[in-house]
Amino acid sequence: MDFELLLDALLAGVLLGGFYAALSLGLAIAFGLLDVPHIAHPAFVLVGAYGAILVQGKFGIDPVLAGLLLAVPFYFFGTAVYRFYHTTFESRGSDAGLRGLAFFFGVAFVVEVLLILAFGIDQRGVRAPYIGRALEIGELRLPWRMVVASAVALVVAGAMMLWLSRTYIGRAVQAVAQDTQALALMGADPVRVKRIAFGVATASVALSGALLVVVGPVEPNMARIYIGKVFAIVVLAGLGSVSGTVLAAVLLGIAESLMLSSPAASWTPAVAFGLLLAVLAFRPQGLFGR
Amino acid sequence: MRGWGVFASGGVAVVLLAVLATQTVANDYLFFAAFVVLQFVVLATAWNILGGYCGYVNFGTGAFVALGAYTAVALHKFADLPLPLLVTAGAAMGGVLGAAVGLLTLRLRGIYFAIATLAVTIILETAVLNWDYVGGARGITVDRPHADALFGTYNRMLVVFMAAMAVVAVAIARWVGHSAFGRSLSAIRDSEDAAEACGVPTLKRKVQAAALSGAMMGAAGAPLPLYLNFVDHTSAFGLNYAVSALAMPMIGGTGHWIGPVIGALLLGTAQQAVTVTISSEINVLVTGLLLIGFVVAAPRGILGWLKR
Repeated sequence: MDFELLLDALLAGVLLGGFYAALSLGLAIAFGLLDVPHIAHPAFVLVGAYGAILVQGKFGIDPVLAGLLLAVPFYFFGTAVYRFYHTTFESRGSDAGLRGLAFFFGVAFVVEVLLILAFGIDQRGVRAPYIGRALEIGELRLPWRMVVASAVALVVAGAMMLWLSRTYIGRAVQAVAQDTQALALMGADPVRVKRIAFGVATASVALSGALLVVVGPVEPNMARIYIGKVFAIVVLAGLGSVSGTVLAAVLLGIAESLMLSSPAASWTPAVAFGLLLAVLAFRPQGLFGR
Repeated sequence: MRGWGVFASGGVAVVLLAVLATQTVANDYLFFAAFVVLQFVVLATAWNILGGYCGYVNFGTGAFVALGAYTAVALHKFADLPLPLLVTAGAAMGGVLGAAVGLLTLRLRGIYFAIATLAVTIILETAVLNWDYVGGARGITVDRPHADALFGTYNRMLVVFMAAMAVVAVAIARWVGHSAFGRSLSAIRDSEDAAEACGVPTLKRKVQAAALSGAMMGAAGAPLPLYLNFVDHTSAFGLNYAVSALAMPMIGGTGHWIGPVIGALLLGTAQQAVTVTISSEINVLVTGLLLIGFVVAAPRGILGWLKR
């Protein structure tokens, strides 16, 4: 492989990684910090994507802006989901893990079928001035849609890090991840803290969905492909680390991009999962774990 | 031991009923439905050994079924081995896969095992897509006889065979439930630390359960390509296997061997009816909604209602 091709693949990988980070940040909070087995996360992302399509169809605004608007209802949706999850599973103990997993698996499944029934199995996309054009730097061509997705992902990641480290409630979220009981003893309500955090995670999912449909057309059964990728990234990152999530996402993006430009390109879907299995086997605390 | 006598007579009766049906029932679609439902009895029972008894969720039933199916396809193409050998080979491969995934991830919390089984599904599917010997993305047609001397058609013979496999699978689950092995699995499910402290070799037992469960799933997958005459990656790795094998024990009740059987018979039959009369999308929707409904409102499944 000559140098220029390699550079091309690396850059494409970094952009792809930025996009993957956008998909994974919500899960880094929901699963990484709050310990909710949120198998339905990619399905929620897809709901966000279809939401962005609908909002654009109705008001004709930019998809990323649509994602930002959708973040508000998604926040309340997220708090409602967590409230339900907590009262039904978390507070009941013993086999809650098993049933919680089965619950979210069922939710993911039902969401997929509802999307098929509502939108059909055809691919759907959005319009935006940056879709279909490329940023040209010398010989390199970087598609604007990937640049936009990565840039928004970085902004979201930065905002999340500031929120977690600088605000009162953000620190409380980190505290609840570390020691729920200690937080309760300090007089704070861990369930309320987790509810807000899950709401914020779900709000970010609306934006993830908008970016997903900016990057390419979506179809209802897409969530399956991303389950492995987002969990691979969150586990690889070390649970709950936002900066680690971005780094792990970029790592996966580069790995997939290199694989795509190699003779074994048809094996690319297995990269994320192979990486995930390797991490689980050899370094379950993640690369950048606490 | 008296219990085993009753159970064995019941099992023999099921197989005899299947044999009788091959001689009297004319509608071939009923045999297809019976094959699918019986296969789900095996899969749900297998899932329950690790999921219900031990508390570890397997999302990768499709991977194990496909591994059994493609093992059978490869061996059938290579040497045209007889059916029992194909099933044995499928079981062996499933067992090895179960043990391997278990060894990698069962030291960790349950969700990691669950995610790893999803990962294994995609990796195996990619492997099949890249393996031309078994048809790759195009799928492969399996040549097998159409007639059978005893049962009329080969497919009818397969239904009887699957009925026998279902009886054996349920017998295994029943034995596990009554044995010291099964009790140590329940102990692990209730409290892993306490089980370890009481001297249960938890990792070893969990890997054994994963291997046994995987072997049963692999065995259930092996006759599939012979029955369908054709197999490709979408039919073998179908997500419906993963969600149904999980939903059936949850609906029937996970603590007892009869739970998955009830769930598989009810949900499996309902799925066949809905797929034929309405559509396969609604079928999936119904399965998903039932799963959610039972997990939320009736954690002990139908068995829980009966015992109350």
